[in-house]
Amino acid sequence: MSLTTTASKIDRLAQLTARTETASGASLWREAMRRMRASKMAIIGAVIIAGFVLLAVIGPWIAPYSPTDQTWRGEVFSNRGEFVGARAENWFGLDHLGRDLFSRMLVGARQTLLVGVVSMLIGLLIGAFVGIVSGAAVTLGGKTGRRIDDAIMRVTDILLALPSLLLAVSVAAVMGQSLTTVMIAVGVVQIPVFARLLRGSMLAQGGSDYVLAARSLGIRKRRIVLTQILPNSLSPVIVQATLSLATAIIEAAALSYLGLGNPDPAVPEWGVMLSAAQRFFDNEPMMSMYPAVGIVITALGFTLLGEAMREALDPKLRG
Amino acid sequence: MLRLVVRRLLQLIPTLLGLSVLLFIWLNRLPGGPASAILGERATEADVARINRALGLDQPIYVQYGRFLKRLLDLDLGTSVQTGQPVWDEFVLRFPATVELSVAAMLIATAVGIPLGYIAARKRGGWIDVASVSGSLVGICIPVFFLAQLLKAAFGDIFGTFGRQSTGIDATSVTGFAVLDGVLTGEFDAAWDALMHLVLPGIALATIPLAVIVRMTRASVLEVLGEDYVRTAESKGLERKVVRGRHVLRNALLPVVTAIGLLTGSLLSGAVLTESVFTFGGIGSFIRTAIDARDYPVLVGFIMFIAMIYVLINMLVDLAYSVIDPRVRVH
Repeated sequence: MSLTTTASKIDRLAQLTARTETASGASLWREAMRRMRASKMAIIGAVIIAGFVLLAVIGPWIAPYSPTDQTWRGEVFSNRGEFVGARAENWFGLDHLGRDLFSRMLVGARQTLLVGVVSMLIGLLIGAFVGIVSGAAVTLGGKTGRRIDDAIMRVTDILLALPSLLLAVSVAAVMGQSLTTVMIAVGVVQIPVFARLLRGSMLAQGGSDYVLAARSLGIRKRRIVLTQILPNSLSPVIVQATLSLATAIIEAAALSYLGLGNPDPAVPEWGVMLSAAQRFFDNEPMMSMYPAVGIVITALGFTLLGEAMREALDPKLRG
Repeated sequence: MLRLVVRRLLQLIPTLLGLSVLLFIWLNRLPGGPASAILGERATEADVARINRALGLDQPIYVQYGRFLKRLLDLDLGTSVQTGQPVWDEFVLRFPATVELSVAAMLIATAVGIPLGYIAARKRGGWIDVASVSGSLVGICIPVFFLAQLLKAAFGDIFGTFGRQSTGIDATSVTGFAVLDGVLTGEFDAAWDALMHLVLPGIALATIPLAVIVRMTRASVLEVLGEDYVRTAESKGLERKVVRGRHVLRNALLPVVTAIGLLTGSLLSGAVLTESVFTFGGIGSFIRTAIDARDYPVLVGFIMFIAMIYVLINMLVDLAYSVIDPRVRVH
């Protein structure tokens, strides 16, 4: 396998994080929760995410103006480099079309969260389904099963061989510009990652004692896969899902920077706002700064929580 | 070893075939199909019909795929809508610049990342550790194009804002690598100029690999420090320097070296954002303009070439790894 290194890294991660029972017999997640509560990283991450979600929910209600309100249009001349910065009536100033940036940030949080969550879910659901099929095929199917698994893994290898941004660009080029396109393009990139992760995790679980115990109790293999192996294999997938929320938001911003973003100007989204502001960076850097800071902090929140979860679930670090 | 190389090469074939199938499907799904992919959006219906016949689109799908594969092997992927030049020529023209940029970025990331990760692990919990871990977390959360823009605005006056296309001083082209050309032909001012223009895009492109390398080195060193053989080496009275160099670093760097190889592969392709901010003139900038111009032959061709190179690099890294680490060869 030429791609073993990337692929085996994912597999290894799956193995490392997919142990269930600890020596003391406490449940993995209960112990992980205990360790997460003691972790500064987890707490900061959780607080950021909570704040962001709150903003996404109430943002549109507390925004002082409509995000499309162009009342101040006459004051901004982007072609002449004349912009309006922060002032009493517009806390963050105006954008290049004379719209209130503060309101757009507040309203945009919801769309940003939506893009992140939906893209992640596309990758997670399809990837997990593929992973389950692959993992179950190996566990259940003998020779045919291994062949099915082999075929599926070859396909994920090929998808992993395409650089993620270019894969997203390819998808976007086929589908044309829309919000759905962005979410699918960003989500597709995650499919092979989730698939490999869940499969690896399921295989790692297959050899554990409780599976043997269940087998010797005479429980049918298919039942064991669905009720024992699968639920115990999910932790690395949950970690990855959290981390990929961050990458999804960043990749969506990158896609709109490449001109493949959501073309609808009426719906503010931080990534779209950021890429639109780049043209005016030299004259009005603050216009980029607000969405950029928003994206960085949000992505950081998901990354911190994800990394903290990974650490909490890592058997090597478990006391 | 030879057998291993041959086996790896053979294993490339299904992956590359798979890639070509994927691209073939993609090409057929593009708005307007392959005809407008070749002719661009302004094609007349007569042109489309002519091309469709010429391409044999009335033939069964496997014949079409066979033709596609043959064109791929001949490196014949049509001409760029933007420049009218063959896609392969455009690629060859721009590839050296991207290689140069990727190497520069990788040098920066490695030179800073490995020492930083090592110190962070040795002084675990110290301020360097905290700073480098949190720094690398923030690093992967900043959109690359925004960071590039920031660097350009902050230091553009010192290093020059634009890529090598507009440097003004150019060395006589020998290899296509601007810095190398300058040195080879003795035009050191041109080499220096090209080098300076690599600094900012290099830093921007280096952030993500840097973050990865710091964290990997740190984690890896921490793991090795806990190994029995390190304790044994220390307790048999070996000098600290020897233990650190021979026992800790050498073992800890194994996974890092692999990561560096893989990251280089992804940089060659990932430079799209950085290059377009600095209008750098490599394959990245061209992909960016190809997106705007709906230059599908270029998109298809470049993505195929990049994916092939990426797969090849991954294979080389794999092989290199089995050279460095004899344990891998056994399996």
